[in-house]
Amino acid sequence: MKAKHQRLTLALLALAAVIGAAVLALSALKEQASFFYAPSDVKRDGLPLGRAVRLGGLVAPGSIKHLPDGISIRFVVTDAGGTASVPVTFSGIVPDLFRENSGVVAEGQFQPDGSFIATNLLAKHDANYKPPQLAGAMHKTESLEQ
Amino acid sequence: MIAEAGLAALWFAAALALLQVMLTALGLWRARSAAMGGVVMEGVAEQDRAATASARMASEILAAVRPIAVVQGVLVVLAMLLLIAVFVQTDTSVRLVVEDSSAAKPLIYKIAGAWGNHEGSMLLWVTILGLAGAAVALFERRLARPTLVATLGAQAAIALGFYAFLLFSSNPFARLFTAPSDGQGLNPLLQDPGLAFHPPTLYVGYVGISVAFSFAVGAMLTRDVGPAFARAMRPWVLGAWIFLTIGITAGSYWAYYELGWGGWWFWDPVENASLMPWLAATALLHSVTVLATRDGLRAWTIMLAVVAFSMSMVGTFLVRSGVLTSVHAFAIDPKRGSFILALLVIYIGGALALFGARVGTIRQGNTFEPVSREGALVVNNLLLSVILGIVLIGTLYPLVAAAFGTELSVGHPFFDSTAGPIALVLVALMAVGPLLRWRRDSAAAGLRRVAIPAAVTVIVLIVTLVLAPGIHVLPLIGLALAAGVAVASVAPLWGRDLRRTPLFTYGMVVAHLGIAVSLAGMASESAFNKETLVATRIGEPQHVGPYTVTLTGVRPVIGVNWSAVEGVLVARRGDGAPYVMRPQSRFFSTPPQITNESAIKTVLDGQLYTVLGNRDGDRWQLRLWWKPFVTLIWAGGALVAIGGALSLLGRLLRERRAARREAEA
Repeated sequence: MKAKHQRLTLALLALAAVIGAAVLALSALKEQASFFYAPSDVKRDGLPLGRAVRLGGLVAPGSIKHLPDGISIRFVVTDAGGTASVPVTFSGIVPDLFRENSGVVAEGQFQPDGSFIATNLLAKHDANYKPPQLAGAMHKTESLEQ
Repeated sequence: MIAEAGLAALWFAAALALLQVMLTALGLWRARSAAMGGVVMEGVAEQDRAATASARMASEILAAVRPIAVVQGVLVVLAMLLLIAVFVQTDTSVRLVVEDSSAAKPLIYKIAGAWGNHEGSMLLWVTILGLAGAAVALFERRLARPTLVATLGAQAAIALGFYAFLLFSSNPFARLFTAPSDGQGLNPLLQDPGLAFHPPTLYVGYVGISVAFSFAVGAMLTRDVGPAFARAMRPWVLGAWIFLTIGITAGSYWAYYELGWGGWWFWDPVENASLMPWLAATALLHSVTVLATRDGLRAWTIMLAVVAFSMSMVGTFLVRSGVLTSVHAFAIDPKRGSFILALLVIYIGGALALFGARVGTIRQGNTFEPVSREGALVVNNLLLSVILGIVLIGTLYPLVAAAFGTELSVGHPFFDSTAGPIALVLVALMAVGPLLRWRRDSAAAGLRRVAIPAAVTVIVLIVTLVLAPGIHVLPLIGLALAAGVAVASVAPLWGRDLRRTPLFTYGMVVAHLGIAVSLAGMASESAFNKETLVATRIGEPQHVGPYTVTLTGVRPVIGVNWSAVEGVLVARRGDGAPYVMRPQSRFFSTPPQITNESAIKTVLDGQLYTVLGNRDGDRWQLRLWWKPFVTLIWAGGALVAIGGALSLLGRLLRERRAARREAEA
């Protein structure tokens, strides 16, 4: 193979690899990215079924119920002002800052009946650590309050 | 006074870096005009004279730049030591101490606290960079002088951005007008011995890559891209790669035992930020070998150096800029975030622009046949680049989407389904590549050499399918490949005189074996992991995998700066001896936070992992995992790092011997 041709082949291969990676990644993102929803989004846009999403908002006061198995809880996530709400079920160890009337982000899936089964909960941590999604949820709820 | 002295040292170091950049620019410009003059004069004698003039110029500049680089290194180390001193004293008139330390903290976390925050970690970065610059100035002997001058200039230019950032927007020595009586304490999650050394390790890796990049810049500026440059750059790439490997492995184990979620890799943006430079450095490491031994892939290697540097800058800055979600993302103001993004654009844009302007001057290297060691390494580089591209897109996509008002997160499902299969292809290739000859090989001979590893792969595949019929596809292929690759990675030693085999060949064997071991651990953990989540009464036996675990009591415990509830668990495997495990739920008061300290029992064939949860009436929540062979993941990572170290040692020893022989001759 001539030197010039080899250089060109390598450059084209590299270009193909980069484009391939981008196409693969962007098409997979459509399927696999987990979108963020506030309860009011669901009320307005309908249920995003069959995919992992994040649900964020406030834990409604008085809504945390401990189930008899000792590891599952039910609670309600609302927008501040209570314009929309979603019932959530979660099995596992809840984070220490999870409490009523404070912010939460639940990772999981919506069910056809409009409830949400969470596989993971993120609660608002100390001042230094706040997931942007949570900050976004708080922002959304705050702007709803005004 | 200590804080002021530190700040002064930092200013002086910055001034020296600026001087270094200016001297380099001046030297390169004068050398070039001297060379131009030679061309205009057209006589051979005049050209020679011009060349000698430019060489003399380089020597003069070098004589000035060397001590500057060394003194700059000393000053910035001094600044770092003074910051540590301020932390050890818990000087509460310094803002940083108040925000991230407290008098009651153990000494090691007071020291580590100096870099457990934004400003301090930036100072640590530039400190390591300064040390590396001094090391290059003192010990580098292989490079042509003009190239060395340009290399040191490039390093000073990189350092200058960090100095500007520290001095203008992130002064670690800033004082408070009124000093409180005590600090607010360090994030409890960071109060862990592993975390004290995790950032410095990763930073050494990042800085090593930036040094490699400086070499590439030097070689581009003086048109000196060739095997000599590759041999000078290689130890830095290898060293950086070893530290990145250690940093990633240790970070993964830390997340595993400290976060209490039982996972070892979360595809968290911060983890990705350390993985991306590693991927680029791995590609660079392999292509620089082609350049050093076969004088091929010249422009390619330079480009990879640019990419690796860009990734280490992304790693350094994205983590610190506050746009990423993590314990690493310290809360900082938006102005500083813009400063960081501007630096990022200048560095990466500058690196790419320089590459674009100079790529035409890099001469074509040696060619090779597609079926050859070089060919396999090119495919290795392509696949690594594809994985890197996917990880980069997956990491940045949420940021871009957020800019357009859509909030989303990208996690396991995305990376597993895209990067996972390609990584498996890459690992399969890793079995083949080292068995091919340099320059040209026959496909038939290559196939004969991989016959045995391929057979092992197929056998393990079938046996696994028979023993565990329900296994998922990726773990199945992972296990089978791991076995085949383990055999193939030792194959380069077959039929060789083991005592005369060079150390760096052992390095390659051990590193590749480490990848196979790690892959086996990942596949086993994801295929055979068992989990039990229960609320248990005291004395009630619970089962997970082969273990029976009983909570025998819960008691309070007091630590240096925390109090905890400790569960006393008795774990027993079959009829074996009982073993006591004590997971805790720790409460830290400064700042107020609860952490779950897992208790882990490591046995030969895996780990039993226990977490104590909350109380529910007379019951306690327990989360138990049995993770077969999970330890192989990190053992493999350690092997990879050891392989890198053997390789580095082998190269350095061989060069030393060659230099001695030259001196004798």
